[in-house]
Amino acid sequence: MKINKLYLFLIALALVAPTFIYPVFLMKVLCFALFACAFNLLLGFVGLLSFGHAVFLGTGGYVTGYLMIETGISPELGVLAGTAAAAVIGAVYGKLAVKREGIYFAMVTLALAQLAFFFYLQAPFTGGEDGLQGVPRGSLFGIIDLSDNSAMYYFVLAIFLFGFWLVHRTIHSPFGQILKAIRENEPRAISLGYNVNDYKWAAFVISSALAGMAGSTKTLVFQLASLTDVHWHMSGEVVLMTLLGGMGTIFGPVVGAGVVVTIQNYMSGGELGNYIHIIMGVIFIVCVLAFRSGIVGEFQKLMKKNFG
Amino acid sequence: MKLMKKTVLAAAMSLAAATGVQAAGVSDDVVKIGVLADMGGVYADICGTGCVTAVEMAVEDFGGTVLGKPIEIVSADDQNKPDVGSAKVRQWIEDENVDAVNGLVASSVTGAVTKVLTDAKKIALISTSASHAFTTKACSPYNVHWTYNVAALANGTVKPMVDAGKKKWFFITADYAFGHALEGIASKVIETSGGEVVGAVRAPLGTTDFSSYVLQAQASGADVVGLANAGADFVNALKTSAEFGLTETADVAGLLVFTHNAKALDPAIAAGMKATTGFYWDMDDQTREWSARFKERHGSIPAMGQAGAYSMTMHYLNAIKAAGTDESDAVMKQMKKTKPNDFFARNAYLRNDGRMVHDMLLVSIKDAASRKSEDDIYNIEATIPGDVAFNPMMPACDFK
Amino acid sequence: MITASHNSFVSLGDVMATIFGINLFALSGQLLVGLINGSFYALLSLGLAIIFGLLKIINFAQGAMYMLGAFFAWMALNYMGINYWAALILVPIAIGIIAILIERFLVRPIANEDHLYSLLLTFGIALILQGMFTHIYGSSGLPYSIPDELKGGTKLPFMYLPNYRAWIIVISLIVCGSTWWVIEKTKLGAYLRAGTENPQLMQGFGINVPLITTLTFGFGVGLAGFAGVLAAPVYSVSPEMGSNILIVVFAIVVIGGMGSIGGAILTGLLMGVVEGLTKFFYPEASTTVIFLFMVIVLLIKPAGLFGKEA
Repeated sequence: MKINKLYLFLIALALVAPTFIYPVFLMKVLCFALFACAFNLLLGFVGLLSFGHAVFLGTGGYVTGYLMIETGISPELGVLAGTAAAAVIGAVYGKLAVKREGIYFAMVTLALAQLAFFFYLQAPFTGGEDGLQGVPRGSLFGIIDLSDNSAMYYFVLAIFLFGFWLVHRTIHSPFGQILKAIRENEPRAISLGYNVNDYKWAAFVISSALAGMAGSTKTLVFQLASLTDVHWHMSGEVVLMTLLGGMGTIFGPVVGAGVVVTIQNYMSGGELGNYIHIIMGVIFIVCVLAFRSGIVGEFQKLMKKNFG
Repeated sequence: MKLMKKTVLAAAMSLAAATGVQAAGVSDDVVKIGVLADMGGVYADICGTGCVTAVEMAVEDFGGTVLGKPIEIVSADDQNKPDVGSAKVRQWIEDENVDAVNGLVASSVTGAVTKVLTDAKKIALISTSASHAFTTKACSPYNVHWTYNVAALANGTVKPMVDAGKKKWFFITADYAFGHALEGIASKVIETSGGEVVGAVRAPLGTTDFSSYVLQAQASGADVVGLANAGADFVNALKTSAEFGLTETADVAGLLVFTHNAKALDPAIAAGMKATTGFYWDMDDQTREWSARFKERHGSIPAMGQAGAYSMTMHYLNAIKAAGTDESDAVMKQMKKTKPNDFFARNAYLRNDGRMVHDMLLVSIKDAASRKSEDDIYNIEATIPGDVAFNPMMPACDFK
Repeated sequence: MITASHNSFVSLGDVMATIFGINLFALSGQLLVGLINGSFYALLSLGLAIIFGLLKIINFAQGAMYMLGAFFAWMALNYMGINYWAALILVPIAIGIIAILIERFLVRPIANEDHLYSLLLTFGIALILQGMFTHIYGSSGLPYSIPDELKGGTKLPFMYLPNYRAWIIVISLIVCGSTWWVIEKTKLGAYLRAGTENPQLMQGFGINVPLITTLTFGFGVGLAGFAGVLAAPVYSVSPEMGSNILIVVFAIVVIGGMGSIGGAILTGLLMGVVEGLTKFFYPEASTTVIFLFMVIVLLIKPAGLFGKEA
């Protein structure tokens, strides 16, 4: 009951937010929040650290961008196509990666992501270092012109809410319970007769599809798809967002993404840019040493201690 | 930074109040110039905070106000990423009413940013990018490309060498848009001058070890090895060439050399190498006077893009003053109508495609013995008239 | 007009056809420069493999420590007048001491937890170091000259080999070889391996296991510092040099089999050669080929080329 009220309040807040805050900034936060939620599904609920998740973000972006430029399809189809493309790559990569565990899983995903990075760097349709520039936002269902920032914002918000809802549903479904069982005690899950790798693979595909959806949306917002989104630094950044917000919590990735994007935005002006690496590094260290459950996790602990 | 903005603003306000000028035609009562550049990355030295300083100097020299309205400067780091740069510029336009964007270094960023600016009918003042795309295949009525471009580099550095009998060329090219463009245009110049390209190798951006590529260049039997890269890539490639003895068997030509790179090179390796530049601080009294002022504020001699950023800002502000408005179409028209003429722009005019055509310099790097100070890097060999240096205008880009 | 590298894109058939011609020479040259780069990889991956194999810590700051080594060499020369040869000894020790402090105060508190935490922690350290040096020195790179004793080169039948590059191969092989020998063949190495495999037992025998752990970490990271000094004269000293090489070296350790000391050394050299050949046949892919190798190896032989199946 209480939780539902919280959701309603947050949604209301999201609906009025663009009147106070620059909408493109909000859209960026939402895109990264969705990306981090997708990532968290794997790390927080299955215990798999993918170090190559940028590939799905970038794939969604490139496919959507390419289709929007070349075919002029409507944006909802563009996002759908980007999401599907990321899911397909996720299905292939996931099949290869879930055979390995722990650090090897991280390394396989990293290596596969590097191969994809090379493909996107060399493939003529991506524009290499220039990226895909001038992606049109198009008209939603052919009717609503998205070049208007507030129309675009509500479109992005709808996509984010859908993605968030899907992650939420997945976690609380029987399927999600089995994922958590795998995280807690894999041998036991195997002995109970579950084909653990199939479950991991399914989670991987959902996660990559949602990451792709985030990338597709981001491309529409910024009208650009670039190598930044497929670089391994981006894979590291999403780890940071999730860790900072609180992995394995529902809201953690959203909060983490919000904080990281805000810091980046604030620091990109003028000479402060150099400090960004230092600050990110400090956040990593503090999170690992003292703040393991992240902002949301610590908050929940605090609430439990005082009110629970 | 903030303090600077405030003082400029305050100075402007008081001036406006004192003269009591009340002009129409300046949107939202302020002329705002954004400076977008790589502030901390590989290209930070060739524009970066130096470009911000140069634009600040121009605004101050102009008087801090135009048509009675204050001139404001904002700046941001694009991290050499097109997504970061275009997002920032979009925010500047939509949220902060920026009228023109100066700086602009990495060609990839400039490409993305000029699209955003053109959509919003705002002016791009490109100081340091090399690609000639912004006034050719990606031309726009709102692009102004000032300092130099790849065509000028190829015509300036490559052509005289081919004419002097260095016919066989091999390229070590940075594997991205700028490198490809430079290699492409240089190859064309070589072939039309009767030379031949015997091979090329594309090294990924940020390659640390060039030895493999240097060996390939050596094996090709070329007279000249052209380095179609920039910054750290150029320095590393040249160092490795010297280490492996390539500089003894063939000429190594840096196609894009910035003063900061030339300064960092060991003169024993680099002496005698020719390069084309849009500006050199030690050309005459005018350049020395401005460069000394710049050095006093910034701490180092100006790179060509930084001098260009100043010159371009001056021309932009003069055009607003003459046109009586900061509306982009009128300002562009005015900028093309009047010829820029200052310490930087010699025999200069802004062509209809947005290309600023001016005299370029062919320089050679001095050896250690003839350097009088640490900033004494180049001998000026020749002046290349603008119409010879730059590419001809494409009819499709003739924006009147 | 030649727009791509097709000229250098010689098919294998052509090489065979001209096997006694210039191409064989060119290939030998490429193999040699590949080996030189492989020496750096071997040094760096050896350090990582020691730290992982003996301590089970994933040190993502190894690249940053390599960068730090190069910068310390530059600073020693420019601020204190310490020359290359002294730096080659002093800098790795200084880096080792820094590493020991990091181990003692940051890594040890999380030593017994999931490996991924040490990865994230050291990643954070790497970010801070890179950010600091970018802030202070900018990222265009600083020059460091080759020491006078090693200037010049030797004319080989197939290429001109600069003396400094020859020195890199020789000294790396010596350092890697002796490290391997100490760990695998001596009593000290036996204590080390036993101490990390069964700490309680060794503690019972009166061996100070935490001290051994700390020193091992210091040594592994010190190797990265050593590689940094070695790299300073040939690559320009820049804050980015570590992050570029880090994930490559990680891939090498994984390919060799995490924790396999000999595997890391051999794979390092091998990958240098593979990369060198790629630069000859398809240079654009030279930064990627190692990852292709890694995917294939992990899928066929999950424990790596030289690793033991768990």
